Amino acid sequence: MSIVLEAKHINKYFKKPVMFHVLKDINFQVKKGEFVSIMGKSGCGKSTLLYILSTMDTDYEGELFLNNKLVTEQNREYLSYLRNKHIGFVFQFHYLLSEFSVLENVMLPAKKLAEKSHQEIENDAMEKLKMLNIDHLAKKRASRISGGEKQRVAIARALINNPSIIMGDEPTGNLDSHNAKNVFNIFEQLSNEQGLSLLVVTHDEDFAKKTDRIIQMEDGKIMV
Amino acid sequence: MANWSVILNIAKTHLLTKIKQTSTAALGVTFGIGAYITLVCFMTGLNGMLDDLILNQTPHIHVYNEIEPSKKQPISIYDNVNNSFNIVHSIKPKLSQKKIHNALPIIKYLEDNTDVRGALPQIKTQIFYIAGSIELGGNLTGINAIDEAIFFNMGDYIVEGSAEALQNTDNGILLGIGIAKKMSLKVGDRVQISPINGGIFPLRIVGFYQSGIADLDAIQSFTNIKTVQRILGKANNYITDINVKLFDIEQAVSLSKKIEQQFGLSAIDIKTANAQFETGTTIRNLITYAVSITLLIVAGFGIYNILNMLIYEKMNDIAILKATGFSGKDVQLIFMSQAMIIGFVGGVLGLFIGYGLVSLIDTIPFQTEALPTVETYPINMNPLFFVIGFSFAMFSTFLAGYLPSKKAKKIDPVKIIRGQ
Repeated sequence: MSIVLEAKHINKYFKKPVMFHVLKDINFQVKKGEFVSIMGKSGCGKSTLLYILSTMDTDYEGELFLNNKLVTEQNREYLSYLRNKHIGFVFQFHYLLSEFSVLENVMLPAKKLAEKSHQEIENDAMEKLKMLNIDHLAKKRASRISGGEKQRVAIARALINNPSIIMGDEPTGNLDSHNAKNVFNIFEQLSNEQGLSLLVVTHDEDFAKKTDRIIQMEDGKIMV
Repeated sequence: MANWSVILNIAKTHLLTKIKQTSTAALGVTFGIGAYITLVCFMTGLNGMLDDLILNQTPHIHVYNEIEPSKKQPISIYDNVNNSFNIVHSIKPKLSQKKIHNALPIIKYLEDNTDVRGALPQIKTQIFYIAGSIELGGNLTGINAIDEAIFFNMGDYIVEGSAEALQNTDNGILLGIGIAKKMSLKVGDRVQISPINGGIFPLRIVGFYQSGIADLDAIQSFTNIKTVQRILGKANNYITDINVKLFDIEQAVSLSKKIEQQFGLSAIDIKTANAQFETGTTIRNLITYAVSITLLIVAGFGIYNILNMLIYEKMNDIAILKATGFSGKDVQLIFMSQAMIIGFVGGVLGLFIGYGLVSLIDTIPFQTEALPTVETYPINMNPLFFVIGFSFAMFSTFLAGYLPSKKAKKIDPVKIIRGQ
């Protein structure tokens, strides 16, 4: 099975207010179609790791590979392109553009990528919304829908460019158990049916247990 | 990889959802540009009018024969007293003629010069207007009326009658309006004048002249050159003054020096004659531009403020855009285009408002004794001002948008996402 994401000897320091070694020699891989969760106590560095893996944080030591290509030390323009094309994001707080409609929110990353025509993008977006059972919300303003719905819209947005991997930073952390279960089911379905790789940081043990693999972190290190 | 349709779409949505702030910012630009257009058109119109008041009537070079004492008194030519100390009391001007010697060939010579638009002969003389037993002192100037109308806008100052009527009427006179009032004369009446050396000549009034300067209008009248020559009993080569109009006023100084040297005449150029006048124009222009630029800078700060606030409000949006693959440059372009849209809309509206106000001012009556031909406030609607105004709107909004958008570009999405 091909490797989607690989981290080699990643070290990270916080320099302010005092020198602090956050991540200590992190090594792991995510294979294609794998559903991986990262668990650990608050402050153990799991979110920090996720932001490095997402290419948004470039201030680290070590090497990061996406689809077997070295990502470390690439310029910011290229990293933006990578995030756009290969990485889908789901955050704890839904982070939709509140002034845009649901459909526009979903379409935005694809418009940025500009590989398809407007019509194709709109069809794709509707398809993703339908798959997540929220196609009836398409024309609503993003600020007018409920939290669970917002999170599903965020997932649809993460999927729009058919990324290599989806990353989640506590995607269920702000949802009630019903919606959390819903989101998990969606992820599981994506992993099983579409062979999508998923990497999710979570506090929720029930959630983590159901994933293919759990990476346990403690004090900036991966526990085996 | 700028994707303009997406960027402009986001910018548009941001602007439309914050329509109140957007319109406030745009109105700032609108008023700035509108005020600039109004001010600059009005002020330069006024300046132009004041300039014309002097420049139109004033020759660029005035050539005449100055009555003055000899620069070298005969005693200093005499070798025998070369090393002695001599004092000449009570020096008198040298006896010479008022007329310009060889005036007609000089005029022809000047007109052949490519810098010269026209060289017009004049005869200036003192006369008395005779009203019954009263004699009023005055000046009579012999002119080629139609040429004066062409080169020195004589027509603007003829309030009744016309330059053609003067040219075509033998023994006609264009009477100063002040004299006409004093003597209760109408066009078509006859006025008797008497030159200093005696005799009485009746002249028919073909029109009235009003320069706007009351003292001048009370003494000055015009007639044909031939009529003056006849009154004075002089030959038809008797010319006392030559007024030269140039294509380029900047040539006046050098040409006047050349004329003085070449013909031994006095030649006064317009810059020397009206030095204080140019200073006034420069300072008025300076004030106009200082006020206009201040207005536009204030508008620029308004935009800066609003964009800064907008960026603070949109921190989350910026983070999410960056997380989903928009580069820092894209984000900067989004905010830059918002600034430019505000500048464009505000600027265009400002041009319209400026145009409207200027057109309105142009219709307001402005009547003054001093300016017989002016009926409404003078306006100089130069398209260049509109171009400058619009460019400045775009330029100032560019600057006002640049700094906040640069900040947006640098925002680290990780900090914002973690901060929640």
